[in-house]
Amino acid sequence: MITDRLANPELAEVEVGGVTRASFLVRGAVAAAAVYGTAAAAPFVSSALGATTDIDILNFALTLEYLETDFYQVKAKTVGLAGQAAHDVSIFGKEEAAHVAALKQAIKQAGGTPVAKPTFSFPVTNASSFMNLAYTVENLGVSAYNGAGPLLQSKALLAAAGSIVQTEARHAAAIGLLIGKSPTPSGGFDTPKTMGQVLAVAKPMIK
Amino acid sequence: MPSDPREQEELAPQPRGIVEELVRDDVGRKKFLKAVGGAGAASFGAFVLAACGSSSSPTSTSRKTATSAAGAAAPAAAPSVPTSFGAGDIGILNYALTLEYLEAEFYAKVVAAKLFNGSVGSLVAEYGQQESEHVAAIHETVIKLGGTPAPKPTGKFPLTSAAAVAKLAYTVENLGASAYLGQAAHITSPTVLAAALAIHTVEARHAATLATLVPGGHVTPTGAFATPANAATVLNAVKPFIA
Repeated sequence: MITDRLANPELAEVEVGGVTRASFLVRGAVAAAAVYGTAAAAPFVSSALGATTDIDILNFALTLEYLETDFYQVKAKTVGLAGQAAHDVSIFGKEEAAHVAALKQAIKQAGGTPVAKPTFSFPVTNASSFMNLAYTVENLGVSAYNGAGPLLQSKALLAAAGSIVQTEARHAAAIGLLIGKSPTPSGGFDTPKTMGQVLAVAKPMIK
Repeated sequence: MPSDPREQEELAPQPRGIVEELVRDDVGRKKFLKAVGGAGAASFGAFVLAACGSSSSPTSTSRKTATSAAGAAAPAAAPSVPTSFGAGDIGILNYALTLEYLEAEFYAKVVAAKLFNGSVGSLVAEYGQQESEHVAAIHETVIKLGGTPAPKPTGKFPLTSAAAVAKLAYTVENLGASAYLGQAAHITSPTVLAAALAIHTVEARHAATLATLVPGGHVTPTGAFATPANAATVLNAVKPFIA
């Protein structure tokens, strides 16, 4: 019966019912601390550890957007991209930069202070490894926004985050298709990540 | 609904017009670009409005308080989907279910028509399977919430050529992504919201990759910020595809 089908593992995984905002965040933060230690993860993780406000969540997103922008607009110049990859990366870089600008603006308007842009270090040396990491980073962005979306208190910010995450998903899928990886790596339902899980992937790229 | 029998050639370009209409939507790209690019001149309000669409309601109804199914429909907010779909989250889910039914049927017919081979053929079959999963998941969620799932509509799709079908698929997926985005802020239950977000980005992935099959297609047709579409716009756009 259909009733059995929705014991659909994918959907079960995105269920956040019964999990409080705090425990959801804490679970992620604990996982991050276990990997890096609280000190090592300091500035970036602090927003995850203490994220109880929309501004914290936006600053977390801003850090990821800084990362993506730097990757596309700075690192990309060093790996010899050509053809469709170069074309896509040029466009995507501008779009990530627009996300940075929008999030900074949103944080200020909400009365917060945008976090400073960190220094990044990307473990790629050629076009192929660059595009593979681009695929990882874009998929990470999707899971980060999808995980944080239900935590946002402001519906207006939720709508804005939704607008951005759709773009990240489009980038991820296009890159996947280009490099022969699945445009839908989680199947019919994109899997959300907690901030701690996102941090575990992003932190090694943040100096 | 206009019942003039359109020629198949005319049907294909029509969906393209829908995309352009969405792109031109007043709550769309221009407003975003203005809001984002205006370095301080643009207001946060404009940014948010653009993301929400004009139907957004600033009521302070908390998602957390509204956990009891249909009755939880935000009392002060105007319904974001026609009341025939039901109230609150159930109404939104039934609206989404209707769209997913159409997408699933569309892909099933495309696959049956054997219009695509090789890697594109596999991709189309995979996307169809994912739409069917969306149908099953949403159907079940409506029941879980105590609602009655919307009936399956009967679709009618002009499957004239691979090129026309690719264009239509691109259009339909962009529409689906816009539809989910248009509802996100209206969803009350965090669980339902999480599920909708998980589906929303998959529709976007489909659209972005189908863009490569369409002349003039764009991975991100509205630039850095995807544009939401309200239910009236979406339902009007899919009308030609419901028998």
